[in-house]
Amino acid sequence: MSEKMITFKIDGVEIKAKVGQTIMQAADEAGVYIPRLCYLKDLTPHGSCRVCTVKVNGRCQTACTEPAVDGAEVENKTEEIEGIRRDIVDMLFVEGNHFCMFCEKSGNCELQAEAYRLSICAPKFPYLFPARDLDGTHPDIFIDRNRCILCGRCVNASRDVDGKTVFEFVGRGSEKKVAVNADANLGDTNMAITDKAADVCPVGAIIKKRVGFAVPVGKRIYDEKPIGSDIEAKS
Amino acid sequence: MSDSLQQKIQEICQSSNNDRVRMMDIVQGVQKELGCVSSEAMSIIAKATKSHHVEVESVVSFYSFLSKEQKGKTVIRLCNDTVDRMKGCEKVAEALSSELGIGFSETTADGKITLEYTPCIGMCDQAPAALINDVVAPSLTVEKVKEIVQNLKKDADPSKLSLGIGDGNNVDSLVRSAVKNNILKTGDVIFTDNESGKGLENALALKPEEVVEAVKVSKLRGRGGAGFPTGLKWQFTRSAEGKEKFVICNADEGEPGTFKDRVLLTEKFDLLFEGMTIAGYAIGAATGILYLRGEYVYLKKFLEAKLQERRDQGLLGDSIKGKDGFNFDIRIQSGSGAYICGEESALISSCEGLRGDPKTRPPFPAQKGYLASPTSVNNVETLCSATRILEKGSDWFLSIGSRESSGTKVLSISGYCKNPGIYEVPFGTKVFDLLKEVGAEDAKAVLVAGPSGQFIAPNEFSRVICFSDLGTGGAIIVFGPKCDLLKAVHEYMEFFVEESCGYCTPCRVGNVLLKKKLEEIMEGNGQPADLDYLQSLGESVKKSSRCGLGQTSPNPILTTLKNFKPLYEALVKVSEDGMQPTFDIRAALGDAEQAAERKSVLYTD
Ligand SMILES: Cc1cc2nc3c(=O)[nH]c(=O)nc-3n(C[C@H](O)[C@H](O)[C@H](O)COP(=O)(O)O)c2cc1C
Ligand code: SF4
Ligand code: SF4
Ligand code: FES
Repeated sequence: MSEKMITFKIDGVEIKAKVGQTIMQAADEAGVYIPRLCYLKDLTPHGSCRVCTVKVNGRCQTACTEPAVDGAEVENKTEEIEGIRRDIVDMLFVEGNHFCMFCEKSGNCELQAEAYRLSICAPKFPYLFPARDLDGTHPDIFIDRNRCILCGRCVNASRDVDGKTVFEFVGRGSEKKVAVNADANLGDTNMAITDKAADVCPVGAIIKKRVGFAVPVGKRIYDEKPIGSDIEAKS
Repeated sequence: MSDSLQQKIQEICQSSNNDRVRMMDIVQGVQKELGCVSSEAMSIIAKATKSHHVEVESVVSFYSFLSKEQKGKTVIRLCNDTVDRMKGCEKVAEALSSELGIGFSETTADGKITLEYTPCIGMCDQAPAALINDVVAPSLTVEKVKEIVQNLKKDADPSKLSLGIGDGNNVDSLVRSAVKNNILKTGDVIFTDNESGKGLENALALKPEEVVEAVKVSKLRGRGGAGFPTGLKWQFTRSAEGKEKFVICNADEGEPGTFKDRVLLTEKFDLLFEGMTIAGYAIGAATGILYLRGEYVYLKKFLEAKLQERRDQGLLGDSIKGKDGFNFDIRIQSGSGAYICGEESALISSCEGLRGDPKTRPPFPAQKGYLASPTSVNNVETLCSATRILEKGSDWFLSIGSRESSGTKVLSISGYCKNPGIYEVPFGTKVFDLLKEVGAEDAKAVLVAGPSGQFIAPNEFSRVICFSDLGTGGAIIVFGPKCDLLKAVHEYMEFFVEESCGYCTPCRVGNVLLKKKLEEIMEGNGQPADLDYLQSLGESVKKSSRCGLGQTSPNPILTTLKNFKPLYEALVKVSEDGMQPTFDIRAALGDAEQAAERKSVLYTD
């Protein structure tokens, strides 16, 4: 092997990494799953959801952006870290309007899957019930901002992969939301169903029309196995 | 939109070379000209700068001084910071509202005047204060605002208002402001006579790495709040790879209760510009940027003139002071109302013409900052101190202050005290000595370092201002015996909710949840367990947030929970009926009772 390798530990288990890899990349290759929501393999990691928070030598960092360094001690599945992750996933639920029982993404939804993995049955925080808008103007794609968790995947995918910048965030703080590159409507943009941006939403906020129930509930990705099982199968 | 307006917008873009990096200047220019940056204007800007409509909207919607909706020709922004509220801002607000016949966030029917609230504008020593467009109106009273409104109705130009005249350079024809400096205690480093130009001269006689070394030896640490060793930051920036390097001075001064940089910019601009030049020489930068908060734009013309004077004297530009190959110049970038832009990587985003989102670290600004080049971001006071270190030597600097905290700290002290203003003190000064000096010996609480710092109680007033005990960017806010501390805590949480950039989950949502729970408790609907909820949620937010804002925003709650717990305990109570106190069973049954046309027999009134 020509590449320089380093070694660090996650929860006491030794992990090998290439120089320059993030903790998340190294963990994925080693079959250790670190929960995540905004990270997606082919997009630039940007550390916005904070679900992948780990402790590196005693300090909280996000595994998706933090480079692995030789000799580091990383805490992943500790009570403290899982508590923080539960809080964050809870926050994402109460911040939006998530009616899982009749959402067509149910079972394929990464937010829901992370919640189950973290044994969350009901959020402990009060619902904020924000008023959010829908956009059905595009012939093939539908936006339901009620379910948006502001992960930024669509923004990055459209800008960096599709080269279109169909999406960008507007507003700040709790007013922040996903906007489209038009006066108001997705239908007035050059978004196409074949865009990467149409495929990356972890929740049911950007969905393709007319295919929602092609796979019945009960047979969907996370109905079968918890999220992260594919990665853990590598270990 | 008329052709002439379209052309005007194109000209504004053109004057920034249609460069999207200068987006802030462009949208500020358009806002000033049109009173908004409308969707149509965004399209024109996007076309001229080869960016996208949604990217322009993304920037405009981020900053509170920019808006898509039409604002009045004159915008009155009344500061509603906690200190202003102590000083009667609520009465002034009522008077403004009734004189104008509109509420806050509204515009008069003739479209002339908009009334808004704004967080701390750096005038806590002369509160209540407001911004009228770029003009600062300090020390407001009910009578004064009545007069102001009457005059504005006659002539919309706020620069024609007679608001009084300040002191020092505030009387300069390029400033002409009613702002007062209130320098109440001078010290050995900043507010003292110095030999102008000597620091730069000494620096240029050294090799750049020797300048870095001198600053390292002096143990100078950042005065902006985080206290990072300045010499080390310069060294990292110097040794980082990059064709170009940048020095940025952080004059965003947004921490509520801080106003010392305002006075440094007014009176000590020479120390500052000299410090930036020294930093440029030390790290190998040719460009400096002064990021001036939007609230201080009233100083911009004056500072630009001072920069020009330096150019004329050969202190900026090519071959400075005859030193071959040392070229350095400074430009001013103004902000547009966003506290987060004080965070160094958010500040860099803003300088690049983007939303003020902090950047992912690593890489740190010293490695990849402005336009991905190595950048040193330093606070105004830090750079002023660096000049003095080069002028008088590291040993001289080390002899001032305490052992690990060399030099002095310029403090902005306000709130419940007889003499609010600027105090330069050596590190190692005790809180109660400060309180004696400002005339607030009966203080009930002191907020050190602003809301992102800590509330301390009288039993801790023997603690000292220094990096190893009470570190501070300079805000000291005093609370008197009659102050309602929890009300202040709530106002500060509102501030953080308002100012969070929204990039990361814990800060964007967590602060809203903290504020809501605090409200429940303050309304008498809290239970003892809610205090644990606040503690645990606050800790989660601190630990998992992406930048310093979220990592400190729960502090008003957490430090009062620690040091003033009885205030909370007096409000929470164990529920007698076993229900959550916030749950009103009678109200919840209302609809059902009406439908059933009878009252519940179990849950009676
Ligand atoms: C939310 C937030 C706001 C900040 N505001 C300021 C500010 O207004 N001025 C400042 O100098 N530093 C501010 N800082 C600190 C800067 O990030 C940075 O540490 C500082 O500019 C570095 O300069 P120094 O080392 O000279 O202090 C802020 C930090 C955070 C997290
Ligand atoms: S629409 Fe989907 S992909 Fe885009 S930010 Fe929202 S949740 Fe993420
Ligand atoms: S902590 Fe707050 S201000 Fe900082 S990145 Fe997160 S949301 Fe933005
Ligand atoms: S997955 Fe790392 S922050 Fe979102």
